[in-house]
Amino acid sequence: MKTVRVLIVDDHRLFRSGVRAELGPSIQVIGEADDVDSAVAAIADLEPDVVLLDVHMPGGGGQEVLKRVLGPGSQVRFLALSVSDAAEDVIGVIRGGARGYVTKTISGAELTDAITRVSDGDAVFSPRLAGFVLDAFASTEAPPIDPELDSLTQREREVLRLIARGYAYKEIAKELFISVKTVETHVSSVLRKLQLSNRHELSRWATARRLV
Amino acid sequence: MRETEVSKAPEAYPRLVRPVKGRVVAGVAQGAAAQLRLDPVVLRLAFVLLTVVDGLGFVAYAALWMFTPKEQVKGRDPGRDWGQLAAYGVLWLALAAFGWMTGASSGGFGTWPIAVGGIGALILWQQADPGRRQRWMTGAVKQVSTTWVRTIIGALLVAVGAVGFLAASGELAKARTGLVFTAVVVGGILMIAAPYLASLVKELQRERTERIRQEERAEVAAHVHDSVLHTLTLIQRNANDPREVTRLARSQERELRNWLYQPKQDADATLAAAVRRAAAEEEDAHGVPIEVVCVGDCELTDGLVALLHAARQAMVNAAKYSESPVISVYAEVEADEVTVFVRDRGKGFVLDDVPEDRMGIRQSIIGRMERHGGSARVRTEPGDGTEVMLTMKRNT
Repeated sequence: MKTVRVLIVDDHRLFRSGVRAELGPSIQVIGEADDVDSAVAAIADLEPDVVLLDVHMPGGGGQEVLKRVLGPGSQVRFLALSVSDAAEDVIGVIRGGARGYVTKTISGAELTDAITRVSDGDAVFSPRLAGFVLDAFASTEAPPIDPELDSLTQREREVLRLIARGYAYKEIAKELFISVKTVETHVSSVLRKLQLSNRHELSRWATARRLV
Repeated sequence: MRETEVSKAPEAYPRLVRPVKGRVVAGVAQGAAAQLRLDPVVLRLAFVLLTVVDGLGFVAYAALWMFTPKEQVKGRDPGRDWGQLAAYGVLWLALAAFGWMTGASSGGFGTWPIAVGGIGALILWQQADPGRRQRWMTGAVKQVSTTWVRTIIGALLVAVGAVGFLAASGELAKARTGLVFTAVVVGGILMIAAPYLASLVKELQRERTERIRQEERAEVAAHVHDSVLHTLTLIQRNANDPREVTRLARSQERELRNWLYQPKQDADATLAAAVRRAAAEEEDAHGVPIEVVCVGDCELTDGLVALLHAARQAMVNAAKYSESPVISVYAEVEADEVTVFVRDRGKGFVLDDVPEDRMGIRQSIIGRMERHGGSARVRTEPGDGTEVMLTMKRNT
């Protein structure tokens, strides 16, 4: 099994060292950064496979890093990590280009698993993110502008629903009588829709869920 | 507001001086206002008004200017408030034009209505709450100085109106033209007043937002004090009991998170809020984290309340018997039905082995759901956790 080279971007030193200690042997932490500028520099310098990205940071946060790093030809993949459960943050960072979103309460083993998955080009959805996506894609009466991008297939909905119910990919595969690879394909396809869909409902929905 | 201003006012009458700071012309009105404990604006308006009436105000002002010493200040004199000066100038121009048109300024009968009306207005003005009036006035002045263009246009209109009227007044046949010019004059006055009125509205709005913000801040402070600080104290006191510390931290985290990120919801009115609250309460009672994900929301009905009780019972069972480290609750509201899943990854059990007299699953979950027209399905296997699926039609 190849080792995954990871850069940790978070402005809390304690959290960085905690994550470092928890990650499994298949993960190699090659560096740390504590703000947007040093993160951008470190990514260019170290070329990590996966960047663990904190959503809230001084200087614009995770979305700013994504904006400055991601572009044509960039190979690096991002897994967003946050204490925030605000829909706006979650949807924002995914639409900014992150391939997954997990909360900081995640266990070391699950985080290791998520990093491996992201480095393989798959998407990682927490139950809460899955709930957000279902909610966002459901909460509209308007007909989709681009049917391919603006709505979820029945199968994708089923997969998301199981993620929201707390099922792991392996359990989903068993439940739906499909392979784990197929589950991953469905989740990646949802991620693509989430990132590329132009529908206004997504952002409007996220904004409406803001604290009132 | 009023109390503080009164208490600030000096006990003895000070010597009459002309302050430099905040003066419009020479500080006469300001000095006299301080002496009389009135708003300077009132005296300024009075001077303007009296100037229109036979130039009385002008004479009075000049005399006071000559006999009153200037206030001593250190350093350079601060600049005049040109915006305010322009506003008073324009006001004077308008009054003068009105006076000419009605023939009032010639000292005839028409003088008195203006004077009486003006003094009445000043008294009314003085009646307003001083603090509020002060803020209105500063707002108005600011507005005037930032909308120079409007002031100039207004002044021009008034001047044109006055000149035009004078030109036309010789010919009675063209009285209609005179009326047009009167309309122009009134338009000019309205234009002068517009920024003031607009600033009134704006000021009121600002006051309201300010008050809301202050209330919000007080609420945040109170909340942090009541919850976070309190919990931190409890954690310090229970530092040697890791289970209790985790429970405290977890429940505080949940509470703060709800407060920050969840829209304010009435837990007695909507399903999502009620599910969250039930999960939070069971989590606190049993010390097992319960992760809740809700999709959609709707009003609670009798059937849904039954669903909620069944879901709570499922959470209790999972927390008490499954030994699962975490429980997942997923509630989904669809167009015609509501589904709630309660899942654990604990040790599971064999459903048929559950004795008939055990109320938990048979009565509180399955029985309750069926009585209310819903359905419950329990899926479990030893070693593979348990999942309870509850479905209820929305319109029952």
